[in-house]
Amino acid sequence: MTFPSLETRGLTIRFGGHIAVNNVSCSFRPGELTVIVGPNGAGKTTWFNLVSGQLTPSEGSILLRGEDITALAPSARAKRGIGRAFQLTNLFPGLSVFENVRLAVQAKRGTGPRLFRPAAAYREISEIARAHLETARLESVADLPAAALPHGDQRKLEVALLLAMEPEIFMFDEPTAGMSVDEAPVILELIDTIRKDSSKTVLLVEHKMDVVRALADRIIVLHNGEQVADGAPETVMASEIVREIYLGIPAGEAA
Amino acid sequence: MTDSELISAPASDPVRKGRMVVYAIALVIALALAFAPFLFQDVRSGQVAARICIFIVLAASYDLLIGYTGIVSFAHTMFFGMGAYGAAIALKNSGAHWSSVIAGGGLGVLCAAVLAVLIGILSLRVKAIFFAMVTLAAASVMLVLVSQFSDFTGGEDGIVYSSPNLFKPATKLLLGDDGKVLKIMGVSMDGKIAAYYFVFLSCLVLYWFLARIVRSPLGTVLEAIRENEMRAEAIGYRVVAYRTAVFMIAAIVAALAGVVWAVWLKYTGPESTLSFAIMIDILLMVVIGGMGTMVGAVIGATLMSIAQFFLKDLMEAAAGATSFLPLVPNLLNPDRWLLWLGILFILLVYFFPAGIAGTLMKKGAHK
Ligand SMILES: Nc1ncnc2c1ncn2[C@@H]1O[C@H](COP(=O)(O)OP(=O)(O)O)[C@@H](O)[C@H]1O
Ligand SMILES: [Mg+2]
Repeated sequence: MTFPSLETRGLTIRFGGHIAVNNVSCSFRPGELTVIVGPNGAGKTTWFNLVSGQLTPSEGSILLRGEDITALAPSARAKRGIGRAFQLTNLFPGLSVFENVRLAVQAKRGTGPRLFRPAAAYREISEIARAHLETARLESVADLPAAALPHGDQRKLEVALLLAMEPEIFMFDEPTAGMSVDEAPVILELIDTIRKDSSKTVLLVEHKMDVVRALADRIIVLHNGEQVADGAPETVMASEIVREIYLGIPAGEAA
Repeated sequence: MTDSELISAPASDPVRKGRMVVYAIALVIALALAFAPFLFQDVRSGQVAARICIFIVLAASYDLLIGYTGIVSFAHTMFFGMGAYGAAIALKNSGAHWSSVIAGGGLGVLCAAVLAVLIGILSLRVKAIFFAMVTLAAASVMLVLVSQFSDFTGGEDGIVYSSPNLFKPATKLLLGDDGKVLKIMGVSMDGKIAAYYFVFLSCLVLYWFLARIVRSPLGTVLEAIRENEMRAEAIGYRVVAYRTAVFMIAAIVAALAGVVWAVWLKYTGPESTLSFAIMIDILLMVVIGGMGTMVGAVIGATLMSIAQFFLKDLMEAAAGATSFLPLVPNLLNPDRWLLWLGILFILLVYFFPAGIAGTLMKKGAHK
């Protein structure tokens, strides 16, 4: 059997006495989209931070294609294919939208050792960046500083940065939060496209039930930092414990 | 759409106009410096022109740290001094030869680079304020060391020495028909003019180097680190490595400027290289010119040097011209020049909150 693309083993982090993520072990395969659900404060974002490296676990380990990456810096994990979009928009506010994306492309593609060549001379990098902007429907605001964008466009840019990283593992943390009904589909269609690529692993934190139903191949439920359910969407949504602690969906609807 | 169209800022009129104004000012300064020996023939003006060249490089390399990358350091004059003392000690002890400049200056620059990397690795991971404190401590230690090892450094008095023969006033670069030194537009083609153009061209090369860096892919990464260090790391840039590298580059450039300064001045002491007064000057030049705009360094360094050197003269003239009025001549008394300099700064910061170049080019309007 081949290695899972991503695996966490006994992942735990404590903040003082508070255990935000408690002994979470799970593994993910390419071509699979896993939705992670759980009430606010369940530890979803914290678990993401552990996987992408912004936080260091108190216990446990993270494996990428079988290789232990627990000790690696976030930049090294990004280089190895872990890509992350943030729940709270986390851009380069004073740089243009185009520069934001170009930076992510440049990080992935590299520019070689020619220190003196003007950034604008790297045509391929600029073209790829522009393509990502088009995918995220941001061409028209390419020259504006990221800080000047309305919230919905900032969310799209957040996702465009993730696309530009060309990762193996895509991690979306509530990508459509606060977006209007007519903007959200752009993001969801994008995620759906990535999902259909059998070489990519997608992790998605999402609250909206219709989105979960439409996209999930699998659902993991976190509660108080613990993993309380993991399985096929129908099974998880139908389980007693999930309805009790989180979903609050009428029994009939889950079927 | 072409690359340049996409990359350049939206071509709104005030921005374009501001850009034109800024580049026009910078061009005028550059031309004035390029022809300074012919335009301003008194000794003092020559001194000011050379000082402006050096301080443009110091301010620009400091801007690479504070304006582009968001690193606050108080050790810039320390690196400047290391280059200057390296060259000065060698010129004093091994004679006024180019080999002394290269060996001594080279060693000073190398030490600056190594020290920058050490400070970078040890402390760039920590909070910005702590890093600033470390640089402050290092710079203070360096000042103490220089005054302690006075056999070597001349202590508070500094070192006086000669520069290489080429720069001696008696050196004849070009001879006229009469066998005497050739004069062009009334300026003798002697060692003094060679020394000025040594300063000007060295500084031009260093400035050009810095300007290329900020336009290169590396420059954008530095801005990304300033804007959002955490995200820069998350998309795959090793922030600590980049910060250390840029700290080292700035240190090397400052040290090289120190070597040039030492050769020009034929004197190196704490007051001319290492002092915190100079550090504050550099900081003010960057702020006045505009942080994160290489061209701002040109404007800031020029404006400030001219103010420092000529404000007194200007006030004396003004006081004389207004001597028939009550009170006014008193206020314009040259002894009060520091007061006026202070007022000038406050006005500048008030009307140009992002610095002259920064405000005119509408950069840094968003924070
Ligand atoms: N850096 C931190 N320091 C202290 N507590 C934290 C930190 N990060 C997260 N927490 C706590 O961990 C818990 C989980 O938070 P989070 O992962 O953001 O939840 P979710 O994303 O599921 O809504 C919360 O109780 C939060 O207060
Ligand atoms: Mg969260």
